[in-house]
Amino acid sequence: MTTGTTAGTALGMHNRTKRQVIDEAFMEHRAKVLDLAAFLDRVDRAASAASAASAASSGASLVTGDQDDDFRTDALRRAIALLLDGKPERARRILELWSDRSTEPIAVAPMKGALGAVDLRAEFQAKGRA
Amino acid sequence: MYIDPHIHMVSRTTDDYQRMALAGCVAITEPAFWAGYDRSTAQGFADYFRLLTDAEPRRAAQFGIAHHTWLCINPKESEDVGLAREVLGLIPGFLDRPNVLGIGEIGLNKNSRNELLVLDEHIALAKRHGVLILVHTPHLEDKLKGTILIMDAMRNQGVDPGRVLIDHVEEHTVRHVLDRGFWAGMTLYPDTKMTPQRAADVFEMHGTDRLWINSAGDWGVSDPLAVPKCRLEMRRRGHLLESIQKVSFENPKQFLSQSGRFRVSVQGEA
Repeated sequence: MTTGTTAGTALGMHNRTKRQVIDEAFMEHRAKVLDLAAFLDRVDRAASAASAASAASSGASLVTGDQDDDFRTDALRRAIALLLDGKPERARRILELWSDRSTEPIAVAPMKGALGAVDLRAEFQAKGRA
Repeated sequence: MYIDPHIHMVSRTTDDYQRMALAGCVAITEPAFWAGYDRSTAQGFADYFRLLTDAEPRRAAQFGIAHHTWLCINPKESEDVGLAREVLGLIPGFLDRPNVLGIGEIGLNKNSRNELLVLDEHIALAKRHGVLILVHTPHLEDKLKGTILIMDAMRNQGVDPGRVLIDHVEEHTVRHVLDRGFWAGMTLYPDTKMTPQRAADVFEMHGTDRLWINSAGDWGVSDPLAVPKCRLEMRRRGHLLESIQKVSFENPKQFLSQSGRFRVSVQGEA
């Protein structure tokens, strides 16, 4: 198995420092973190489906800040925790976190597309790590 | 000079051919894929295969790009096993066309039983005709499971992994694929697959053997110039020119040349 160090050296990467990598790409990733923060803020500001229905029926203004319990934003928040755990291969581990870990074929394809993550809420609740 | 070994030019404009040629593209391979809607008859596939083996090579040749193709019914249309078998029956009639490299892009989409059944029949067809295989792995949350199921299906039929390219690998599947002896492709998409930056990271972590990059440009959000953009990213990081050339030219040429039909020139030079 090729290790990161030997593969990187073979590519001519041995002279690159952490400082160089940060200098090259910090601004790009600063912007991505802000995009993510703004997205989560946007979700928080949006009305939940229940409150939207309630507002529509009562004529009251929409309640903001109470987001639906959506498995996709839940998956994002669990991935953000991996970003901060200080361990390597974050990209691989996040992709594995979001993956279907069953092993048998399903009976029938329910749709053609994919959603981006499996629903992790039941699994984490069972582990007592809600 | 580079090769884009996976792009769906049927969905792209002639201007894209021109821009790719200007960027240094000399050869492409175009797998049969899902057109964005389910075709209702096998005859629709017969027309598609004529396009891939006749019209598209002529369009590419105008810009000095050698066009090759792979034939199949994509896993997104595999739930209808009856239609899939009709299409499978058409494929041998096209395998002798000069730009056909093999069977592809076959694989799984949602990892269903019928998809797996149709995949098995495609693998058997490829084995009977001794042709290469190009594999589509599922999207997003279905990719890891599907990649394992596909490799197991190949093993069960005794396929030589050195004659199979498993495409759309990402950080969580690349090691599985390489460790089992297959070739691996990284698809460079703006949102849903690899970015040029992440692909360059994979080369740094896993090396460049049996790996290639492609744009998989199609009718969705995609970029027919993704391969030269990844080359630029590698150059920016100081990767050796020979490494850049290996993943964007030499590796695809080595794998595809096993077909005996692959060319990097429309004049017919190997």
